[in-house]
Amino acid sequence: MAGADGDDSLYPIAVLIDELRNEDVQLRLNSIKKLSTIALALGVERTRTELLPFLTDTIYDEDEVLLALAEQLGNFTMLVGGPEYVHCLLPPLESLATVEETVVRDKAVESLRKISQEHSPVDLEVHFEPLVKRLASGDWFTSRTSACGLFSVCYPRVSSTVKAEIRQHFRTLCSDDTPMVRRAAASKLGEFAKVLELDYVKSDIISLFTALASDEQDSVRLLAVEACVSIATLLPQEDLESLVMPTLRQAAEDKSWRVRYMVADKFSELQKAVGPEITKNDLVPAFQNLLKDCEAEVRAAAANKVKEFCENLPEDNREQIIMTHILPCVKELVSDTNQHVKSALASVIMGLSTILGKDNTIEHLLPLFLAQLKDECPEVRLNIISNLDCVNEVIGIRQLSQSLLPAIVELAEDAKWRVRLAIIEYMPLLAGQLGVEFFDEKLNTLCMAWLIDHVYAIREAATCNLMKLVEKFGAEWAQNTIVPKVLGMANDPNYLHRMTTLFCINALSEACGQDITTKQMLPVVLKMSNDQVANVRFNVAKSLQKIGPVLDSNALQTEVKPVLEKLATDTDMDVKYFAQEAISVLVLA
Amino acid sequence: GHSLTPPVPISIALCIKMSAISASEKVDGFTRKSMRKAQKQRKSQGSSQYRTQSAPVELSPLPQLKDAPSTEQQELFTQKLQQCCMLFDFLDSVMDLKSKEIKRATLNELVDYVSTNRGVLVESTYPEITNMICTNIFRTLPPSDNPDFDPEEDEPTLEASWPHIQLVYEFLLRFLENPDFQPSIAKRHIDQKFVLQLLELFDSEDPRERDFLKTILHRIYGKFLGLRAFIRKQINNIFLRFIYETEHFNAIMSIINIHDYLVHVVCLSFCTVICLMRSCCFSVCSIINGFALPLKAEHKQFLMKVLIPLHTAKGLALFHAQLAYCVVQFLEKDPTLTEPVIRGLLKFWPKTCSQKEVMFLGEIEEILDVIEPTQFKKIQEPLFKQISKCVANPHFQVAERALYFWNNEYILSLIEENIDKVLPIMFGSLYRISKEHWNPTIVALVYNVLKTLMEMNCTLFDELTSSYKAERQREKKKEQERDELWKKLDELRLSSAALVQNNSHGLPSLSHVRDGDGRFMAKKKKINPKE
Repeated sequence: MAGADGDDSLYPIAVLIDELRNEDVQLRLNSIKKLSTIALALGVERTRTELLPFLTDTIYDEDEVLLALAEQLGNFTMLVGGPEYVHCLLPPLESLATVEETVVRDKAVESLRKISQEHSPVDLEVHFEPLVKRLASGDWFTSRTSACGLFSVCYPRVSSTVKAEIRQHFRTLCSDDTPMVRRAAASKLGEFAKVLELDYVKSDIISLFTALASDEQDSVRLLAVEACVSIATLLPQEDLESLVMPTLRQAAEDKSWRVRYMVADKFSELQKAVGPEITKNDLVPAFQNLLKDCEAEVRAAAANKVKEFCENLPEDNREQIIMTHILPCVKELVSDTNQHVKSALASVIMGLSTILGKDNTIEHLLPLFLAQLKDECPEVRLNIISNLDCVNEVIGIRQLSQSLLPAIVELAEDAKWRVRLAIIEYMPLLAGQLGVEFFDEKLNTLCMAWLIDHVYAIREAATCNLMKLVEKFGAEWAQNTIVPKVLGMANDPNYLHRMTTLFCINALSEACGQDITTKQMLPVVLKMSNDQVANVRFNVAKSLQKIGPVLDSNALQTEVKPVLEKLATDTDMDVKYFAQEAISVLVLA
Repeated sequence: GHSLTPPVPISIALCIKMSAISASEKVDGFTRKSMRKAQKQRKSQGSSQYRTQSAPVELSPLPQLKDAPSTEQQELFTQKLQQCCMLFDFLDSVMDLKSKEIKRATLNELVDYVSTNRGVLVESTYPEITNMICTNIFRTLPPSDNPDFDPEEDEPTLEASWPHIQLVYEFLLRFLENPDFQPSIAKRHIDQKFVLQLLELFDSEDPRERDFLKTILHRIYGKFLGLRAFIRKQINNIFLRFIYETEHFNAIMSIINIHDYLVHVVCLSFCTVICLMRSCCFSVCSIINGFALPLKAEHKQFLMKVLIPLHTAKGLALFHAQLAYCVVQFLEKDPTLTEPVIRGLLKFWPKTCSQKEVMFLGEIEEILDVIEPTQFKKIQEPLFKQISKCVANPHFQVAERALYFWNNEYILSLIEENIDKVLPIMFGSLYRISKEHWNPTIVALVYNVLKTLMEMNCTLFDELTSSYKAERQREKKKEQERDELWKKLDELRLSSAALVQNNSHGLPSLSHVRDGDGRFMAKKKKINPKE
């Protein structure tokens, strides 16, 4: 406040406004982004009396500038003098809420919503609500669209007469003749319902909901599905059947697949909102239909919800419902023609085992898991493998191991390197669940084979995988199984494989400990310092730097130091550089 | 989403044998045959509607219309129309073969019947006819395999039931074109709802279907005066949705890459827009030409709020020629629209897409070709500021396109008339480019342009040349001043931010900052009055 009532010509506004008017858009944008700085320099009073009128009157500009302006004004309350004066921000935001560009409009509405909270109840009625009304009755659809987002923020804090007006305006917009406005109203219907008194929800919102849910345009109808969740949550159980269910049933069987997709996508929320009784009687058959829908998009969305839906079924007859109604559909989806559907199912199907328990899992689910493990689409197989932990808890992974192995092997050799990468990432988890014996017997070869994959990302992931395995199975295991193989690669004719040895040593030395590192790894690294490929030699320097801290000082001084000194005089400048770096990091100079 | 990318080429090597699966199959960069086949399967698609109907009943052939006695023809015609309401699954090519063939033959016969006979369209047949048409063509289009479908580039997914649907469209056209056709009766059936459903079909990827739709929409527009305003409004809505919802949505999608299916759900396919743009531009233009001046507000709004913003579309190249034609038609009809149109184009001027910039320049030239000198005066300053930027564009095609304006006799005459305004705007860029542009063709063109401009007003040209350096220095100085101003303002902000933190309730106090910056403030105050 001191800024405003003291020397009020702190900065000549003309200079600042010149900046806001600069011909170069980029400079104009920069100025607008620092609008708060300008306001600060002007002080609160001049911001109100000079800057804001200027912004309201003279700025018509590129959308990018307007977007920045709309955002800035949302944080301007303090800069105009606090909540008492916050309504000064309404005129510029009002005109921004009517522009064509969606991004700008949305931002203006966001800012308006924000500052609405800073209005006193009186100001809300005197300044804010009239603005909402003007927007709601604007000529062009953009202002009416914007109005839709503002009803819910002012409704709770105004008098009952004004409330009635707001409800009336919202009603009008729900039957607007442009679909853009109806879509905006439909998308805010749930939010608006939440702030209304229950009686009005029943009398007003339900009729709007019913109308929007049977709109001629499917893009409007599908938004009503979203509102359905909020509305159903608000109503007492005894009213749901008569007020919400007819519309929901109709949406689940809509002729447009987009609407059915939306129902499938929101199914868990809908299920929670309508409660156990209606779920049993209505949603179970509806869900069955969605799982059998003629469009793959809908089936995939429903398949994604299988686990959640089953989990949230009323416990008293959950198992019976799943076994008689859901599982038959799931069985069919396992051999669906669309890979997205199968893949969606594979990502949740394992979760059913915890719900159904050991016996049912073995009898009914296991065959499905096994079928999906053999699916032709790698994503399906991967999704099964990545969720193995769910089954492990219920029946143990051994039940699956017979089929698991071929599936893993096939994924491990998939032609797409991203598939191979994905399966490597599950190896430590699998190893933990399958145990060391099974691993040694079946998977160890795979893990070693990845080390010489022709894609670097795979070799890198394989190295990291070895480290995690050693952390799991211990140094002794490492010494017996993987270290000899890794070190053997040091003599490979391909320099990329020789480098892999070094990368493995970098990763493993810490987990293997000083003894193995000094006795087995170090000699190999030192020997490689004579490699004829410079890339190998400078990686030797890098490796020595990396494993240095694991070694004792004797080995460092007598073995590492001479080799690094020799490399520091190498003919290749990269080798020299990394050798010198290692010498200085290990403090050997 | 799709975490798995398309196959990457993989070199054949380094494969160790460790399992029974043959190595060659694994390193082979191609996906296995079974997978390829699965992907190709959906080249044609059916509607997602017929499956919700009960299974089709087998059809039995009815006697030929031409063999029936004239008293019974009407009754038989109706029966045949009803028979054709039966829908079949065309994705299963062996199902109901006999019935499909009967329906096809019947449809052919119906097409023939309404196009060759007079007096067959009695009032009672209208509901049957429209019912048959609606049942067959109005269907929910299935999700698109390719949400970014481009009708020019991409292989379309063809409608599986085309053998029937084509004949139904044919029948609809013949029905509308029949000399006995009476819009006053038909309007009870071909109503707003009919038009809406028809427009939704423009999303079809099948180009044969879109062709029929275009022609049919034109016929309906021509015959049903009462529907014209409605059709225009709905087309408007489609465009507006595309500009303000879909394109916006696409832009966000490409950033955050959410679930692919959502794209299908929310998007209106781009091909609808292109197709409507192409087909409707001409009808809109003919409407415009038909109207008396002044143009109705509705049409001006269409120009300013639909056609101009459509220039921002991602796939502008696919319909720019039509769009530009349409805009120019408007300006020829009402030249007073020139200024807002050019300002609109300047507002949406492409910032990063050179290809689009070339298109915009082309459109500007088309507009300048028909511009009235008085209108030119109104818009010359902002316009030539943009042109001067284009001339200096590092992309040579943009620079070249802009420089070609100087080959246009009419534009040259306009420039000459206003040389005292145009030359000062253009001079800086041209002079700089003549020294700096990397492309020799551009430099040569710039020299020619400079020469032309010099001949137009030699004195002004000399003045500008001699003041060029001073002008640039002045600009630099101004820039320095701006930097300084902002630096000071930033300091002010930082110190008040610190204050706000100490004093979270009160307003930031500026008093001590003012003291500290007193001198700077005084300096600024002195500069200001001059400006």
